[in-house]
Amino acid sequence: MTISVNALLATGAWSTLVHYFSYPFVRYAVLASVLIALCAGLLGVVLVLKRYAMIGDGLSHVAFGAMAVAAVLGFAPMVVALPVTVAVAILLLLAGEKRLIKGDSAIAMLSAGSLAVGYLLLNLFPSSDSGSLSGDVCASLFGSTSMLTLSESDVWLCVGLSGAVIGFFVLCYHRIFAVTFDEGFATSSGVRVRVYNFLIAAVSGIVIVLAMKLVGALLISALVIFPALSAMRVFRSFRAVVICSAVLAVAGSLVGLIAALLLSTPTGASVVVVHIVILAAFSLIGKLAPRG
Amino acid sequence: MPLIQAKNLTLAYDGIPVAVGIDFEVSEGDYLCVVGENGSGKSTLLKAILGLHPIAGGTLEISPEARRAGVGYLPQHTPAQRDFPASVREIVESGCLHHAGRRPFFRCDTKNHVRTALERMGITHLANECYRELSGGQQQRVLLARAYCATGKLIVLDEPIAGLDPIAMQEMYRLIAELNHGGVAVVMVSHDVAAAVGYATHILHVDKETSFFGTTEEYVRSPRGRKFGCMGRWNIPDTRSVLDLRHGDAGGDHT
Repeated sequence: MTISVNALLATGAWSTLVHYFSYPFVRYAVLASVLIALCAGLLGVVLVLKRYAMIGDGLSHVAFGAMAVAAVLGFAPMVVALPVTVAVAILLLLAGEKRLIKGDSAIAMLSAGSLAVGYLLLNLFPSSDSGSLSGDVCASLFGSTSMLTLSESDVWLCVGLSGAVIGFFVLCYHRIFAVTFDEGFATSSGVRVRVYNFLIAAVSGIVIVLAMKLVGALLISALVIFPALSAMRVFRSFRAVVICSAVLAVAGSLVGLIAALLLSTPTGASVVVVHIVILAAFSLIGKLAPRG
Repeated sequence: MPLIQAKNLTLAYDGIPVAVGIDFEVSEGDYLCVVGENGSGKSTLLKAILGLHPIAGGTLEISPEARRAGVGYLPQHTPAQRDFPASVREIVESGCLHHAGRRPFFRCDTKNHVRTALERMGITHLANECYRELSGGQQQRVLLARAYCATGKLIVLDEPIAGLDPIAMQEMYRLIAELNHGGVAVVMVSHDVAAAVGYATHILHVDKETSFFGTTEEYVRSPRGRKFGCMGRWNIPDTRSVLDLRHGDAGGDHT
């Protein structure tokens, strides 16, 4: 590692980067990453404050299972994973209201179940083109170069869905705040809480399927949760936390992605490590900064 | 028409009736205290008024006038709020959502509403502070300001003084009484029967079998009122004068 870093510094990391960016697929990857990270950062604040962080984790496993099914059936992964994940997200949140199975048990059950089914399917029907089972599984679980293999239509799908998510957050900001802070009060002031919970669940499903491309199924919750937690260490108003979380998510993911490109490290893990460093730094700032 | 009118109301929790045969009404300017033992359905009644809980029988009517003006609700704390990053201003602003209608953003007069509410609760200086860092009494005042923003007619409070120290408690009672004198009808669930008797114009005592509804004076003289501890604080012959001292308008004009 140190050798490659030194080599890069010697040849000039900047020129390497410029060279990479001359390829359209790298630019696509970066654009898509920025948008996905922005969505994850916005959503993360709501999920953390509503105590739904584990739901994000569970959903990512469901997305993995759905992608495995899609691979076996020969469908495009997104076509199957997107509706399935959104549907499960909605079911989980609505089941949470009725307490069919206690929330955390339901999530643990779903995560492990879909992971097992997904892995089993990939084992029974290995895909013919790549030929390597462990490679496929590893890519889906931990993210991989798949970010760099996005087609133009994938990128447009990313742009469209991210646009919808960001639009939802901007237009419904005040209601999202009300629903997150106090559902009872929000209902009493005429906010349709169930509709907003439903939308938040749908958005969680979308963001998680998108983020799977960037960091892989197992690491998604890091992308969703870390920026929100970091922002909450330092900022004390909802607006500031939301903005800071979005900025941190984008910055952390960009730095992680570029580091992964330059150092040839795994994308997902690099992005998450950058977010861990940011959380540590923000915790320190939060402790040292004067309050009140 | 009264703001709230309940006739032979039954409340159930998970299909099991917790309170049956509740009759009461709240008119403009009333101050109704809902008392009763734990699990007697007091909070459920408030939730039914707000449309958060279905009613199991009877009728519960909220006048169109009250619906239009909005109902201000001060709920009990939820665990999620303990570490919620939000400024006082943001929370009080969220009380104005009812008036925003379907618009995505607040109207221009929201700022004035919020400023008035903050001033009335004496928390203008806390506007930019973080809610989770305030004392219990300050937090309750913030939630009262939010409820005030949501209504001009009817405020519904679920144990607003639970967990407060005696000074914060008195302050809270004073602020609620001020809102009431300003023309806002108050419905409050409370364990503090002594204070309920001191401030309220009407008492609703919810019970599994039968419920009592009447003016505070009637309640204090009723067997149930005596049993529930009013005797300890107020001797019956003096009740009239105590009530007169607290608020002169506590006459039995409404039964």
